[in-house]
Amino acid sequence: MTSLETTMTSANQSMIAGGHHYTTTGLDNRKVAIWAFIGSECMLFTSLISTYLIYKGRSLVGPFPHEAWTNPQTGQAFPPILDIPVTSASTFVLLMSSLAMVLAHNAVVNKHVPKTTTGERILGSSKLWLGTTALFGLIFLMFQAYEFTSFVHEGLTIRTNLFGSSFFTLTGFHGAHVTAGVLWLLSLLAIDFKRGLVPGDALNVDLAALYWHFVDVVWIVIFTLVYLIQ
Amino acid sequence: MAQHSQAHAPLTNAPDAAGAPDEHMHHPTAATYIKVGIFLTLVTVAEVWAYYIPSFVASRLFVPSLLIMSAVKFATVVAVYMHLKYDHKLFRSLFVGPFLIAAMTLIGLMFLFGKLAVRLGILN
Repeated sequence: MTSLETTMTSANQSMIAGGHHYTTTGLDNRKVAIWAFIGSECMLFTSLISTYLIYKGRSLVGPFPHEAWTNPQTGQAFPPILDIPVTSASTFVLLMSSLAMVLAHNAVVNKHVPKTTTGERILGSSKLWLGTTALFGLIFLMFQAYEFTSFVHEGLTIRTNLFGSSFFTLTGFHGAHVTAGVLWLLSLLAIDFKRGLVPGDALNVDLAALYWHFVDVVWIVIFTLVYLIQ
Repeated sequence: MAQHSQAHAPLTNAPDAAGAPDEHMHHPTAATYIKVGIFLTLVTVAEVWAYYIPSFVASRLFVPSLLIMSAVKFATVVAVYMHLKYDHKLFRSLFVGPFLIAAMTLIGLMFLFGKLAVRLGILN
């Protein structure tokens, strides 16, 4: 056997052991790619958050996020537009979806570990946790749809002022990412129902989980900078 | 060819490589994930609570404390839920590198156009 053949055999063995083909770094290309993608997404959201912060407090007309405003022409009064209790609830839902996601990944990784107690069976159900994550993601989107609709009814659209433009762009982009994440989760859930996810699928679930957690950390920043800091 | 083989030998898939079956051995248990979830909830409650204390909102501590709490939540999710604390160094670099560039861009833009510049008297 030549040294090249030895290398190839070693690579094939590691492919079998590692669940992915041979790479020079020894890391799966898909996981490297998702981290590179997340890094680029960091910069996208930073540009949107920067735009929001630069325009913050520079709107000439209301409604404003934290202050009441009366239109001098019509005399119409507008209360502060942000609804902190509703957004706090949606933030909590998204945080819990991250917990459910990590439990789903954990359940897939430990699929073949025998479960004896009810608690272990619940924690080991990937269908339950994937479904919970997708459901929480949908609830978050419903909160966002409610918020956007109420803002429009209260007179704030994307064209009203600088706050409206930067707010709808930033949270709209985030909402689009959540939507993509929910679709990804639902596709994994469909696979789980069709043939069952096994430890060999752990990386596929991990990639979705990384994306989902990233969407969550972006919201952690948005919630503080946009909603809480006045 | 022997050199070729030796050069690649350390680069074959290590036990802690992504996708390796025993990767999860270094990862926390479900109980740890639940504890982290409770911690994140408590920090969020503290953030919202702080928002509803007018004297605290008016104080100079309000913004820094919110930023610190947000940063703690961010770091916890990235380190534990995204497994960055336990994963390969390359993944850490792929995230931390762009994150630092993004953070510096944000600070730079705030200096150029934002309230930071106004406070420092650079921009009216």
